[in-house]
Amino acid sequence: MAIVSISSPHAHDNSSVQRLMLHVCLALTPCSILGFYLFGLPSVIMFIITISSALFFESLCLKLMNRSQQRLLDGSALLTGWLLALSIPPWAPWWISVGGSFVAIVIGKQLYGGIGQNVFNPAMLARIALLISFPVQMTTWALPVDTFFEFNFLESLNIIASNTNIPDGYTGATALGHLKTELTTGADATAVLGSDFNASNALLGLSSGSFGETSALLILLGGIWLLIQRIISWHIPVSMLATAAILATLFHWYDPSQYAGALFHTLSGGMMLGAFFIATDLVTSPSSKSGQLVFGCGCGALDFIIRTWGGFPEGIGFAVLFMNALTPLIDIYFRPRIYGRKIDGTPKVYQR
Amino acid sequence: MTAHAVTHQIIATSSQSERKLFPIPGGVHPPENKSQSLNLPLSALPAPAKIILPLNQHIGAPAKPLVAIGERVLKGQLVASAKGFISANIHSSISGTVTAIEELPVPHPSGLPAMSIVIRSDNLDESVTYEPCENYFELPKEQVIAKIQSAGIVGMGGAGFPTSVKLGGRGKIEHLIINGTECEPYITADDILMQTYPQEIIEGVKLLAHLLGNPADVVIGMEDNKPKAFTALKEAAKGTNVQVVAFPGKYPSGGEKQLIQRLTGKEVPSGKLPSDVGAVVQNVGTVYAAYRAVKYGEPLIERITTVVGGALQKQGNVIVRIGTPVADALSEFGFKERQASQLIMGGPMMGFTLETAEIPIVKTSNCIIAPSYAEMPPVAPAQPCIRCGLCAEACPAGLLPQQLYWYARSEDHEKLQAHNLFDCIECGACSFVCPSHIPLVQYYRASKGAIRTEREEKAKSDRSRRRFEFKQERIAKAEAEKEAKRIARQKAAQEAQQKMAEQKAKAPPAAAAPATAESAEDTRARLERALASAQTRLESAQAKHAEAVAEGSDRVDQMAARVKQAELKVQEAQAKLSETQHTPTASTVDTNSDDPVARAIAKAQAKNAMSPLEKAQSNVESLENRLSKAQEKHQQALSEGADNASALLIGVNKLTEKLEQARTELQGLQAESLSSTEKPAAAPDDPAAAAIERAKAKAEAMASMSPKEKLENQIESLTGRIAKAEQKLAAAQAENADTVEALALGVEKLKAKLASTQQELEQLNP
Repeated sequence: MAIVSISSPHAHDNSSVQRLMLHVCLALTPCSILGFYLFGLPSVIMFIITISSALFFESLCLKLMNRSQQRLLDGSALLTGWLLALSIPPWAPWWISVGGSFVAIVIGKQLYGGIGQNVFNPAMLARIALLISFPVQMTTWALPVDTFFEFNFLESLNIIASNTNIPDGYTGATALGHLKTELTTGADATAVLGSDFNASNALLGLSSGSFGETSALLILLGGIWLLIQRIISWHIPVSMLATAAILATLFHWYDPSQYAGALFHTLSGGMMLGAFFIATDLVTSPSSKSGQLVFGCGCGALDFIIRTWGGFPEGIGFAVLFMNALTPLIDIYFRPRIYGRKIDGTPKVYQR
Repeated sequence: MTAHAVTHQIIATSSQSERKLFPIPGGVHPPENKSQSLNLPLSALPAPAKIILPLNQHIGAPAKPLVAIGERVLKGQLVASAKGFISANIHSSISGTVTAIEELPVPHPSGLPAMSIVIRSDNLDESVTYEPCENYFELPKEQVIAKIQSAGIVGMGGAGFPTSVKLGGRGKIEHLIINGTECEPYITADDILMQTYPQEIIEGVKLLAHLLGNPADVVIGMEDNKPKAFTALKEAAKGTNVQVVAFPGKYPSGGEKQLIQRLTGKEVPSGKLPSDVGAVVQNVGTVYAAYRAVKYGEPLIERITTVVGGALQKQGNVIVRIGTPVADALSEFGFKERQASQLIMGGPMMGFTLETAEIPIVKTSNCIIAPSYAEMPPVAPAQPCIRCGLCAEACPAGLLPQQLYWYARSEDHEKLQAHNLFDCIECGACSFVCPSHIPLVQYYRASKGAIRTEREEKAKSDRSRRRFEFKQERIAKAEAEKEAKRIARQKAAQEAQQKMAEQKAKAPPAAAAPATAESAEDTRARLERALASAQTRLESAQAKHAEAVAEGSDRVDQMAARVKQAELKVQEAQAKLSETQHTPTASTVDTNSDDPVARAIAKAQAKNAMSPLEKAQSNVESLENRLSKAQEKHQQALSEGADNASALLIGVNKLTEKLEQARTELQGLQAESLSSTEKPAAAPDDPAAAAIERAKAKAEAMASMSPKEKLENQIESLTGRIAKAEQKLAAAQAENADTVEALALGVEKLKAKLASTQQELEQLNP
């Protein structure tokens, strides 16, 4: 028997950071596999480059910061790289992947002090940095290919080497981008959506878009599994989707020719992925339930506002980053009520 | 197992129909691990060869040992008594000999040793006789509570709060809640107790309810994982107003505050006690022990403890004598030390690790866990906090454990208190769920300790600061007073000088009449009053004198002197009055009572009133005075070589002559008076003479006292004085008064004096 002197509790629920991260990665697997199926071999190369570069930068930072390489195994860099891969175009050139990983891991996470210390979601920070810096590469959307091996390995490498190498006819606009363009030319939203938007396609993900954002259904499945596993709570996803849906419905009802409906907004772009996997990031979201509701509402409303009136067709990254910045403030104002105290923190008084 | 599940179901439905339950926030669901200790029936551990009784097995002040090393004690004998209001008696659980009273390892989270009484068994197990009591419902409540107090009953659920204090509480109690929750994993001691002694527990509940003024709501609460205990108690409670309720398990629903919330929906306000919401919570084990203490007079010398864990050959519940070393219980259950990852006293959530198995089982020890490595592997190293907030979700107190953790790490005590660290009940739910394996509770305990120390230090420094400020103030005040006096003196001196100058300038001195002049009428009236009162005083003095003479009291002389004094006063007053009457228009200066003329007259009259002997005596006295003064003056003049030395010498000579004359006169008179008083003095029945005789004897005794006796007397009085001074000093110290130093100095001085006196005495003693 070892003589140990440790403080209680001596029992533990066997959770760990690694377990949390790997659970999330597992939940992301279905939509990733769909992505491979839709966008073929080049997307696999993009995925591998993104994740391995994320792990490389993590390892490098740990070395520079004199920390144990064991921490590489906590799965946080893997998850960050994975989420980044899911939110960039499937045939993004290699330097987009590497640059994105650098921003995410080095600037977004390690410069703040490593895991748990970052203010912003690293993957979203990288996504926004890339979108602003390389708008062309970040909006060159591959169309789903017919077969996985439509391009052989060398051809795939070629595509990933530079976006200019993508053959003609293999790119197209996302649903959000298409609507934005059409609306700026004065077209009627109902007409555009009536002809081009297909809700079942959006659910199944048989359309162009970011690598992992296309299938709302598979993302929803992963998200529900996380809810069941109690890795995330319902507060952020539900409040975020509900806010976006309510706003979309209200405006669509007010003027259908200018505003798309709730189904379009919740099923397209990064809304679903953001609601279940990005905004729920444990590190950068509020810790109290009430705070999480506020956070979710903010994300949903901001995404809708940016999509509708902003310059970009998709605003999920901006919305989440903005709300990340507000998180410390939300944490101050939204606290659980303490046992034996009123909500303002003063002790309860019983009339006896 | 199926039967088990069925009963389970029954409990859930029946309890729901009986009582509204309230949700509690947070909480966790650790694996229960309760079945392994419920396979064996309850057994009793053989009496140990040695017991160790820590003096502090309860919350409050440690008990005061009543036995000496080498003393034989019996089973059930009181060996240490409660010291102070919140404390508890401790009894021996075996018969034997006290072998040591020293600091030994005790079951305490701090791991620090504490004073304990060690008793070695004589294997006779001889018990004191207990006083049973059948009619406890008819006794005064205080008397019953006193029985519980003297039996040393404390909360046996883990906290160890003296039960009698809880029962003698204040305010009206609406809810008596009996805690059979046992929400900690592994522990089944209360479960087995409820299964085995349901009748006694119900009787105990009735007793406690009676002592608390029969609250309307009397309920036994437990988690629904104890079907046997539930049915047993339910059966025993039939026909009583005791409700038995089972509710779905969740840790820590057995916490006092959580249980109150679960069963009543009330929350104990922060910083208050359960009695503030009209609730009293008692553990079932405590109820049982209190019942036995009252009914059978049994002190708390044994309890049920769960001995459990994968490193044991068998696992179960045993009745152990309080003070039995953990090692004894472990060896009884086939402890395989090499397989144990650690030793825990209490549950896995709130218990503490033991550093040695030589630690005794005490009143609050409900469980000993000897887990295997597979059961409780060594803790994983802590990883950085990822702010997941799972801890906040688990916290039953509604705190933000993650924020508290950051503040604890940065030692930000203000923020910790602002985030209500002290509302933390240290249940461990946050650490249990932390994916980063951060020992959160350890941080909170350490921070609480640091903040408490800080508060104490602050209070201490505040006190000394106040003392210092007060001292400064006092010094400043004294200085100011001195300064004011000095200025006043200066001013007075100046005024006086000025007045003198004025007086010199103005010829008639009467002009400097005091401003406080009275009218002649007033003066006369006042003097008349003075005369009247002087006369009444004289009369009463005379009466008293007569009385004293009649009674033959010792005070005759005294009375005579008083009469004389009164006579003088009357004469004086008469003189003054007559003077005023003679010169009714005289200026106020003349009628002033301080007037030297009047005084001189009064003196002369007083002299007249004196007996010739007295007159002569006073004459001699005054002459002696004058002579000495004159001699002094003469000496001074001589030393200064003044011209008037010869004139002064003449004066001295003349005075010497006069003095000689006066003395002879006095002697003559004394001889006369002696011859006249000799006769009555000789008379044995004259009281005055007797008194004089007594006084004389006393004086002689004093004079004839040997130096040794004198010294002894002195020592006696000094010791008395020292005792008094020390008392004062102690009082001052207790009050932290400013006088402590001065008093301490005084005591020291007195002691020094005493020492020197004693030395003198020793020198006298050959």
